[in-house]
Amino acid sequence: MNTDPSSPGRLALRRFLRNPMAVSGVVFLLLIAAVSVLGPGVLATDPNQGSDSPFVPPGVSHWMGTDIHGRDLFSRVLVGTRISLLVGAVGAGVSLLIGVTWGLVSGWRGGRTDAWMMRFVDVLYALPTVVWVMLTLTIFETRCVGWLSERWPASIPAFRLAAMMVSLGSVSWLTMARIVRAQVLSLRERPFILAAQSIGVSPVRLMLWHLLPNLAGVVIVYLTLTVPAVVLYESFLSFLGLGVRPPQASLGTLIADGASQLNPVRVRWWLLVFPAGLMALLLAALNGVGEGLRSAFEPREGNGDQN
Amino acid sequence: MIHSLVQQNALVRKTGVFCCLHWWAGLFESLRLGLSVRALGGVLIVGVWVLAGCSPLERADLVLHNGPEPETIDPQILTGQADGRIASALFEGLTRFNPTNGTAMPGLASHWEISSDGLTYLFFLRPEARWSTGEPIEANEVVWSWRRAVTPATAADYASQFFCIRKGRAIVNGELRDASQLGAEALDAHTVRVHLENPTPYFLELMASRVFFPVPQRAVERWGDHWIRAEPLPCSGPYQLLSWRVNDRFRLRRNPQYWDAAQVTAERIDILSGDNPSTALNLFLNGEVDLISDRKIIPGELGPELAARPDFHRFDYLGQDFIRFNTTRKPFQDARVRRAVAMALDRSRITAHITRMGERPSAAVTPAGTGGYQPPAGLSYDPATARRLLAEAGYPEGRGFPAIEYTFNVGSRIYEQTGVEIQSMLREHLGIRVELRPLEWKTYLTEMSALNYDFIRGSWVGDYDDPMTFLDCFLSDSGNNRTGWKDIRYDRLLQAAAAEADPQRRLGILREAETLLVVEAVPVTGLYSHVGLYAADPRKVGGIWPNRMDEHPFFSMRRIRP
Amino acid sequence: MRPWMARLALIPVLLWMVATLSFFLLRAVPGGPFDRERAPASREAEAALKARYHWDEPLWRQYERYLGNVIRGDLGPSLKYRDHSVNDLLGQTVPVSLSLGAMAFGVAIGLGIPLGALGALKRGGWADHAAAGLTLVGVCVPVFVLGPLLVLVFGLWLGWFPVALWGPWQNAVLPTLTLGLYFAARVARWMREGMLEVLRSPHVQTARAKGLSETAVILRHVVPVALVPVISYTGPMLADLLTGSFVVENVFQIPGTGAFFINSFFSRDYTMMMGMVLFYSVLLQVLNLMSDLLLRWVDPRIRS
Repeated sequence: MNTDPSSPGRLALRRFLRNPMAVSGVVFLLLIAAVSVLGPGVLATDPNQGSDSPFVPPGVSHWMGTDIHGRDLFSRVLVGTRISLLVGAVGAGVSLLIGVTWGLVSGWRGGRTDAWMMRFVDVLYALPTVVWVMLTLTIFETRCVGWLSERWPASIPAFRLAAMMVSLGSVSWLTMARIVRAQVLSLRERPFILAAQSIGVSPVRLMLWHLLPNLAGVVIVYLTLTVPAVVLYESFLSFLGLGVRPPQASLGTLIADGASQLNPVRVRWWLLVFPAGLMALLLAALNGVGEGLRSAFEPREGNGDQN
Repeated sequence: MIHSLVQQNALVRKTGVFCCLHWWAGLFESLRLGLSVRALGGVLIVGVWVLAGCSPLERADLVLHNGPEPETIDPQILTGQADGRIASALFEGLTRFNPTNGTAMPGLASHWEISSDGLTYLFFLRPEARWSTGEPIEANEVVWSWRRAVTPATAADYASQFFCIRKGRAIVNGELRDASQLGAEALDAHTVRVHLENPTPYFLELMASRVFFPVPQRAVERWGDHWIRAEPLPCSGPYQLLSWRVNDRFRLRRNPQYWDAAQVTAERIDILSGDNPSTALNLFLNGEVDLISDRKIIPGELGPELAARPDFHRFDYLGQDFIRFNTTRKPFQDARVRRAVAMALDRSRITAHITRMGERPSAAVTPAGTGGYQPPAGLSYDPATARRLLAEAGYPEGRGFPAIEYTFNVGSRIYEQTGVEIQSMLREHLGIRVELRPLEWKTYLTEMSALNYDFIRGSWVGDYDDPMTFLDCFLSDSGNNRTGWKDIRYDRLLQAAAAEADPQRRLGILREAETLLVVEAVPVTGLYSHVGLYAADPRKVGGIWPNRMDEHPFFSMRRIRP
Repeated sequence: MRPWMARLALIPVLLWMVATLSFFLLRAVPGGPFDRERAPASREAEAALKARYHWDEPLWRQYERYLGNVIRGDLGPSLKYRDHSVNDLLGQTVPVSLSLGAMAFGVAIGLGIPLGALGALKRGGWADHAAAGLTLVGVCVPVFVLGPLLVLVFGLWLGWFPVALWGPWQNAVLPTLTLGLYFAARVARWMREGMLEVLRSPHVQTARAKGLSETAVILRHVVPVALVPVISYTGPMLADLLTGSFVVENVFQIPGTGAFFINSFFSRDYTMMMGMVLFYSVLLQVLNLMSDLLLRWVDPRIRS
């Protein structure tokens, strides 16, 4: 599309590649994604296969030890990561899409539109997340699953996962909308926006080309906060019987299971340390990538780099 | 708005609103400083200071952890175990539980006479029995209380325990509008006569259970449904209520009017409410709690480790986990399929790997030893026969078997883990694919009652030490049946057992009924019998013993001073 | 009329919308407050119980009755805790959650803002990495792990603080930290972002060109504007904090309101759930309004 070597895209890419944290983050994320997608197929161990050796500490036969059913934790962490990555990505994506659009429009139009859109957000806010998610998923479970199972019985688990992701995404956008709106309110009075407006740039183009890049920072921060939140929220849903169904694992449920090891009597550390450690690493990588993207796309306001 | 609505309760006032007002005063004061950062620092400091200013509660002589916040402590309405423990600290029945073995011993009644046919009981109340407010507890009040319990408008879930008293069933069912026809009468101020419908071997134990506790008539008449919040609350038990703070604690004080007050040595006790097992354990290990009285708030995870400690006490208990089959739809319409599944379950693996507290694997519904009864062995683990039965039913090696779901309630990891084991056993032994369906509690109840499941986890805790409390769940018209299974033979056997005066013959008939239930028809198959557990350091807490009723009366409980 | 007064006037309308929406949504969920494991003693008794709570009336009638009572300030009886009214339960638990939440808010702001600012000012340096590491931990260690971990270390091993329960100030330390650190990490992330945003804008360069000292530039021209994302996050955050956290109150056995968010749904205690929704809603509207006013105050460029 754009072949000019000094185009913003190329420049950003070059800056991004020069950032060691960002590059290692991308490499790590890709690696984890590849291992968790391909790994369970390659590994001989079935993550849901129980055995007669429960609670084996990490060792040669079980790299991360085994759980109460004698299942191999390593393979469970792998498949769990796959589900959690999916849940995190889609959940955050849904909320990002709605949140940024809502905040952008609300902040840009201002006045009465802004007031109404933000009051709508307030009303949704006041419906506690927990109730909303439990409600939609319970209704899905009791009213839709029966209907679906008559038509596509094989895809029920997929539908269930999709419903969960949509439900999670549909409530996590509210904070995003508030923050984007506040940023836009502040940005739209800046000289470069006013200038663009005065030379007759269309509002849509203005939003997409001038406002959005300036929002990259908050968007990235939001993503790095929302992905772990969504992943952990999924584990909370399992606690309500609405998350991934046992015996399937997700990173969140593995961490929640492992949390019971925090007791003064007897600690089977591997059950918590491995899933939680992986989660922290994933998040660190995500942060590195976010920070890299952030500085790569950073508009150089006033330096003639942009506008 | 909220402040003005707070109940007049000393403890609440002290630690709640009082602190809060100071808090906000502090907040506004510091905001006036202007600089936001400094103000926030100020808020923090003021907050800490205000909290410090809230004088700490003095430690009670005995601190108990009681599990979840009671839903109600009205003895006639409550159903929860935690609720019942509070009620039995405050009130007492005509008999009370013997702390060493859970049998009945004299309570508000000093003695009694039983007619030779076992149908008439005469209870003689102690003339010295008094409410904590000073009024005497008389026979009229006892009868009045029982009439209150059976009146449908009271909506007491345990009113069914009055079915053994003459006319009790008809009144509870609304067929008889006049509650005064109940077969109980006050002969004089201190004598109550009860006429039974059937000889009831466990009747004296029933008298010690909550729904039969006399309640203070005057207070109930004056305050109606809210009488339990009356201040002062007239109490008949070893303790009286000092304060009640939701999700925190009940603070009780020794009741000097209690007829057996001489036995009660703890002046104050605190009964904590909370439902996090790890927290309860931490409080116990830290010495802030002397007694954890509820099995459900001792982390099951740590079962074997804890059970090995000298301060954790394990005992057989009147509870059973089982599986209900939906007998109204495929594939469990067919008794052979139900039997096949029951025989493919290696119950000892579940108790050895999952529950791990020494639960007894059992394919029956009644725990062994209930009321001196031995249940039939039931369908034990036999994969070969199970496969044969499944083939007979038309599913050789599980071929053509429909996709089924095992439903369970979330709340304890153990239920999920049991499901995982069941899933893999059925896959391995029968070639059946089972999906696990976790449901949140109320949805689980709704689906179970609506028979919207294939097979489902169930459990039952006995109300009294007799097999009837388990077996009558599966009567054709019982609301607790929830399997769709109806068998007139079973109903008749239970009727015959109820009418039987000879205890041994009675147990024989019950055994015959249970054999029909768990060996032949199998709408339900047992998994394991529960174990009870409480935590108390025997060097610090005395007067408490393990017993199969899991009843640990407060009158005998005491703190041992070093 | 000033815009904020209009918004204040709108609050009752929004409350009514929230109440209506929640009322009917809650009823759409399967299961009811009177479903229990033990079947009721008889149909008669079950009917009597339902009649007592007007459960036998048509839904719209119940809705009407509920709204009428709420307007009179009566949130109704709790359907689970039958010896208490919702007003009574809230009256007992709200002060606890308010105190805990306000303290945690202090920690969140007091720790988050300096940490975020430091990260932005020393961007790419070791201070930034250290701050980023700390916030990372705060973001990805869930409260249900952090709380028990703090209890284990500071409560059981070191014995510095009580492991649970609500009482004198020592009891508040661990829950405040648990809740505060969780939000501090988020505040730090937003603060750093806001700072970076402002540091590269021309008005800071102008301020510097005017010869103001670096400290003055940062305190007077950078920090206030940099607070924009933090402040817009503060409204909902503070509402969450003040209405109590389910996990923290559960782990530390604190008698606050947070427990009811989850538990009253579980037990289908509709009236209590509605009470919680309304309470949260009032707080949220007021706090969002305050946060919007504050936004305009720190960043005068924001106009309505």
